[in-house]
Amino acid sequence: MCEAELISLTVNGSPIDVSPGTTVAAAVLTAGEPTRLSVAGEPRAPLCGMGICFECRVVIDGVAHRRSCQILCVPGMDVRTESAGAPGVPQK
Amino acid sequence: MKEHFDILVVGAGPAGVAAAVTAAECGRRTALVDDNPAAGGQIWRSGASLPRTAQDWLRRLQQSDAVRLQGWRVFDRPRRNVLLAERTESNGSTGRQVVELHGSRLILATGARERFVAFPGWTLPNVMGAGGLDALVRAGLPIAGKRVVVAGTGPLLLAVAAHLAERGARVMAVCEQAPLRRLARFGLHALREPAKLWQGAHYRRSMGRGLLTGCWITTAHGDDRVRSVTLRQGKKHWQVGCDYVGCGFHLVPNTELASLLGCRIEEGLVATNGRLETSIADVYCAGEPNGIGGVELAVLEGRIAALEASGRSEEANGLAEQRKRKLHFVRAFADACRLDPALRALATDSTIVCRCEDVRFGALRDRTNWREAKLLTRCGMGPCQGRICGATTEFLFGWRVDSVRPPIFPASVASLAFTGAPDHGAASQISQPAKESV
Repeated sequence: MCEAELISLTVNGSPIDVSPGTTVAAAVLTAGEPTRLSVAGEPRAPLCGMGICFECRVVIDGVAHRRSCQILCVPGMDVRTESAGAPGVPQK
Repeated sequence: MKEHFDILVVGAGPAGVAAAVTAAECGRRTALVDDNPAAGGQIWRSGASLPRTAQDWLRRLQQSDAVRLQGWRVFDRPRRNVLLAERTESNGSTGRQVVELHGSRLILATGARERFVAFPGWTLPNVMGAGGLDALVRAGLPIAGKRVVVAGTGPLLLAVAAHLAERGARVMAVCEQAPLRRLARFGLHALREPAKLWQGAHYRRSMGRGLLTGCWITTAHGDDRVRSVTLRQGKKHWQVGCDYVGCGFHLVPNTELASLLGCRIEEGLVATNGRLETSIADVYCAGEPNGIGGVELAVLEGRIAALEASGRSEEANGLAEQRKRKLHFVRAFADACRLDPALRALATDSTIVCRCEDVRFGALRDRTNWREAKLLTRCGMGPCQGRICGATTEFLFGWRVDSVRPPIFPASVASLAFTGAPDHGAASQISQPAKESV
């Protein structure tokens, strides 16, 4: 849409450009990455898109358990998913 | 920080926006608190062309004196008429802040979420709610050229399919579990409401493909993500390749906050009188938590609740007749979206029912109620607190989620330890109405 104003961030270290107003969940999906690993180790991705299901939790700028569907992308954001071995997300 | 308002509205969907605008225009000191990055809720989600009504209400909100706390999630009620909200960090910052909000009167407009049915493969990445997929597309997920199957039940399916098709998605199938004759009955109801009928016709046209009725997904197949689904209609089974699945089975009201405040809940809905007062004094409820009735009813109820809470009962009474005419939709929706009992047979012993804790159907089948299932299997004990699997197990086993405890959403330790000490970060947030764009 508004090409001039694309936002650059990284998902698991890989750069990605998104339109303003894009949520982190949409950026992670666009990058083709699952968000978290389930208790039994299955890859998961967003389900509800509205902050209810907690499947979209990722690590943003080192802070774990961020609900990525309610957080907008900002330039330079560092997004890590548990499925790619992000630290700081303890498994039971 | 602490802040006192005449009227405190929770939830910025159609009901909450209408309530906040109406209360502010009545001259009441009003606040609207909502956990999403922008006002509008799910149905008026920004990032797409909005209907004229939505644009009008959102513009009125921006022009109103209502204080908007957008990106704040209510998680507790420490005392009567007091709510605690935590920043959702929608700007990605790591600073956490809490606000203590006092409202002489509260209006709950907490909306609804999708109901999910557990079938093999529903936990695969890229299988989402129908509204969930739509929300993600509006939030920037590119869908052009992607193959999509939309399935489940309810009017949302056609709306989602039409929107995704407009965005260039290849809609492979739209599967409505209800049989055609029941939908036809619902269509008769819609005749009384020409605007709704027109919407339906519009959806069908723009989608280009017919709606499959009495049809559902039996299995989603894939590896690291969904690759195809098996559909069933009557005796016919067939497989369809896809990149995304939007699968939602109508809506479930968000009644957690009402429960926490002690409001009486009946049959899963917040009990209100004709003035939209709940069983708790000075607490009103508007929109879907009173019964799933659609956006027009939600707006009307938001206005009524705000007028009543502002002491303008006479004006509220003037809207009562309109509301009554729309109330039949609550029953019509519920009837049209009644789930086929055959959907209970989709889950096998190894199908996950509780996604947070990976509790499988086989571990739940011999449990007798929600509480026992929680204690013995951890079903519903994860971070969503049963918001997803509660409705799923209610359909599968007839259980009712019977307890709500604070915090109603997971909150940081700092937030839970909040004692009402001044917090200048939050204070500067709230002292001036936010200037975010709609």
